[in-house]
Amino acid sequence: MKQQTVTLDATDRAIINDLQGGFPLSEEPFADAARDLGIDGHELMVRIDRMLKNGALSRFGPMYHAEKMGGGLTLAAIKVPEDDFENIAGIVNEFAEVAHNYARDHALNMWFVIATETPERVDEVISEIEVATGLKVHNMPKIDEFFVGLRFEA
Amino acid sequence: MELNEQEKLLVSVIADGLPLVPRPFAEIGRFVSMDEDAVIRSLSNMVAGGIIKRFGLIVRHHELGYRANAMTVWDIPDDRVADIGRSFGQADCVTLCYRRPRRLPDWPYNLFCMVHGREREAVLEQIEQLARSMGLEDAPRDVLFSGRRFKQRGAHYDATPETLERTA
Repeated sequence: MKQQTVTLDATDRAIINDLQGGFPLSEEPFADAARDLGIDGHELMVRIDRMLKNGALSRFGPMYHAEKMGGGLTLAAIKVPEDDFENIAGIVNEFAEVAHNYARDHALNMWFVIATETPERVDEVISEIEVATGLKVHNMPKIDEFFVGLRFEA
Repeated sequence: MELNEQEKLLVSVIADGLPLVPRPFAEIGRFVSMDEDAVIRSLSNMVAGGIIKRFGLIVRHHELGYRANAMTVWDIPDDRVADIGRSFGQADCVTLCYRRPRRLPDWPYNLFCMVHGREREAVLEQIEQLARSMGLEDAPRDVLFSGRRFKQRGAHYDATPETLERTA
């Protein structure tokens, strides 16, 4: 896990700010996207490659909609005794369906996403985590989605 | 929107990312026995149909200096939560906004907003402004900053958790 802030120049920042929301679906998308940025397609590829390697970018590609893909997705939380936190985190993270596990400041102090291949599997994974940890897992699926921008100004 | 077998294969092949070559969709097409045009058309349909929420660069916000990642939660009366959720969603500082079930007694909150910033103090000030803008200074709320990040990826599935939305 890299925690340091990476160094980006003005062109890198412009690339991030421009291409988070979308990438051209065209025959020569790098050349097309680069034109607006004042560079050529080759330089755009080189810079994206570098930012994937230095950790500024996690991926370059599609972000899928879990439910429309036929999968299940939820947010879950556990109240973990402080002195057992590392141990429980290890058990929870063993589950392939668990992603984005964060410690947070609250009595419910462990928060993670569960993403499964089928909607039914969410409840099974929750039960399995409860058995493996001996702790109650609170399931908090979204009821309504008001906004999903999730863009970061670089 | 139902995907056919070829599209499912396409979804799986591009899940890890687009190849960094001048004609990436032609390259992808070679793996899935589709021509470049068909790949582009199929991906465009998936974006239009919402199966692909976004197609582009996905950043690591910590590495960009966004260290203050605040899950801001509110207990809003059920008959007002949709209106307030939509308004919060308009605010520049809010990156995600969802309604979720309360889990009493442990969890009384039903509206979740993610606010990301570089400094905690600035994020707390933005949240205060958000509350004031809606007259919600007195509404029960809590701000849960993230501490350690234990897991950012898990891979097992055509669309891996990593390729899905960040916060369900």
